[in-house]
Amino acid sequence: MHTSRLKSAAEGLAVPVAAIVLWQLACSLGLVNPMVLPSPAAVAVRWWAYLAPIEPFDPAAGSYLAWLFSGEMIQDSIGSLTRVALGFFVGAGLALPLGLFMGSSDTIYRHINPLMQVLRPIPPIAYIPLSILWFGLGNAPAVFLIAIGAFFPVLMNTIAGVRHVDGIYIRAARSLGASRLTIFRRVILPAATPYILSGARIGIGTAFIVVIVAEMIAVNNGLGFRILEAREYFWSDKIIAGMLTIGILGLGIDMAVSRLNSHLLRWHRGLES
Amino acid sequence: MSMHTASMHPAAVEALAERAMPVIAPAAPHILIEGVDKRFVVPGGEIVALKDIDLTINRGEFVCLLGPSGCGKSTLLNAIAGFSAPTQGTIAVEKRKVTAPGPDRGMVFQEYALFPWMSVAANIAFGLEIKGMKRAEIDARVAELLAMLKLTEFRDRFPKDLSGGMRQRVAIARVLALDSPVMLMDEPFGALDALTRRSLQDELIRIWAATGKTIVFVTHSIEESIYLADRIVVLTYRPGTIKQDIRVELPRPRDSASAAFNELKRELGALVTAEQHRFEAVEVKGLTTD
Ligand SMILES: Nc1ncnc2c1ncn2[C@@H]1O[C@H](COP(=O)(O)OP(=O)(O)OP(=O)(O)O)[C@@H](O)[C@H]1O
Ligand SMILES: [Mg+2]
Repeated sequence: MHTSRLKSAAEGLAVPVAAIVLWQLACSLGLVNPMVLPSPAAVAVRWWAYLAPIEPFDPAAGSYLAWLFSGEMIQDSIGSLTRVALGFFVGAGLALPLGLFMGSSDTIYRHINPLMQVLRPIPPIAYIPLSILWFGLGNAPAVFLIAIGAFFPVLMNTIAGVRHVDGIYIRAARSLGASRLTIFRRVILPAATPYILSGARIGIGTAFIVVIVAEMIAVNNGLGFRILEAREYFWSDKIIAGMLTIGILGLGIDMAVSRLNSHLLRWHRGLES
Repeated sequence: MSMHTASMHPAAVEALAERAMPVIAPAAPHILIEGVDKRFVVPGGEIVALKDIDLTINRGEFVCLLGPSGCGKSTLLNAIAGFSAPTQGTIAVEKRKVTAPGPDRGMVFQEYALFPWMSVAANIAFGLEIKGMKRAEIDARVAELLAMLKLTEFRDRFPKDLSGGMRQRVAIARVLALDSPVMLMDEPFGALDALTRRSLQDELIRIWAATGKTIVFVTHSIEESIYLADRIVVLTYRPGTIKQDIRVELPRPRDSASAAFNELKRELGALVTAEQHRFEAVEVKGLTTD
């Protein structure tokens, strides 16, 4: 068990390590222009500088914890995550009730579905001009775009989840005396959660993509803003350091959501990994 | 078919007594099925699943519906449960016409139909919560049922972590919780191994004897029907009509190795073979005699 875990860790690391070594070699041997492709070592140094607090610790200015979190990267990450959270809750908060209505009533479905089918293929990015026209610059258009990104995956999966509830559960509940409202609340809703949660996971993933784009155009902090800003100064090492941070954060969010889903769906047969 | 009143359980003795003295204590009809037809419209025609079904089931009776696959056993049970109305005729339970499913007729499904997102205890409590029973009372009742069906140590498990036999016991407990006077069971033990099946059959008999419920039990096993029933209703295949209505008066607990048991098994076997042949001409699934 132990050795096999070590082995699989070694297998997983082999290719990335080799790639980094090759990359470093190419840079050290002067094969590439460091302005175009900085060395991994330079990126690492820059990443650390981006992470670390800018000012030295000053007890008069605030607590140690606040100082520890005062680095640019942490502030950017907090900014980006806050927007993702806000946008997701707006988008999913609208999609969930609408999806529940559309999934449980054919009449509502027939009226609303055509509109949704037309709007769904429009990528959230395409809403950028409109969002700036409507909301100007700042957090509002960013949250708007993220909400659109999160909206459709949650809506589609909620509809599918409600429609795919196995009729046998509804029959069992009816024969146990449950009213329509009880059946909805205690049978349809929980039976649909595997779909809804996987929609939420996709929605959060989309929200995370959209936040980076939104920050490039509408605000002046956040991870998306930072890598675009770095380009203006030709800080290619900082661009890559920022991208790395985005990747780590994205992975972290997805892992956290997946863990939460597994916990919420611990009753479910086919647990997604 | 011999009768050994001495070893019979109280409900059966009572039922026999009622039969012996019809003038003084006529058996009380509990489920009344009159002139029921059920037709399904399918692409290219119509399936007559049930035709001219007239059946009176008395209070406290254990009735098995027996017949080959596709003869309409589930259709009849679903009609009594109120899941699908007959095309013609009426079904009345407790003198009230059946129009919808309800907690007065507990249903045990072949597929268990436990709510997978609820623990064992929560599944059993569901019907009681709907009834609006107080929490403390619910907990007490659930604990009682868990003990009765030997499920106490599994109370917090989810259905996916239970064996088939345990799931079926939970399904039975969930229905028993409501103490419905009628229990409808659709091949509840069909998917179980022989040993588990026998022990659940014994448990069911014990519960039935203790509670005096009216049980309508669907099976395609001749052996199972003789082991359980007061009365076996044999259905014909397409259209589903009542071929024969047989009283089983073997003493309980029944011994499936006894001569009387096997004689009845042969009789019934001959009865259903004809239906089985008609069924085989149309479909492939079989009628078990295990
Ligand atoms: N919803 C339906 N639509 C069309 N045909 C149906 C429907 N339900 C049942 N039937 C048909 O009615 C007949 C009786 O079906 P039913 O399910 O009652 O049989 P059964 O005796 O319970 O069989 P089994 O032992 O396989 O469960 C079958 O021929 C079946 O194909
Ligand atoms: Mg059936």
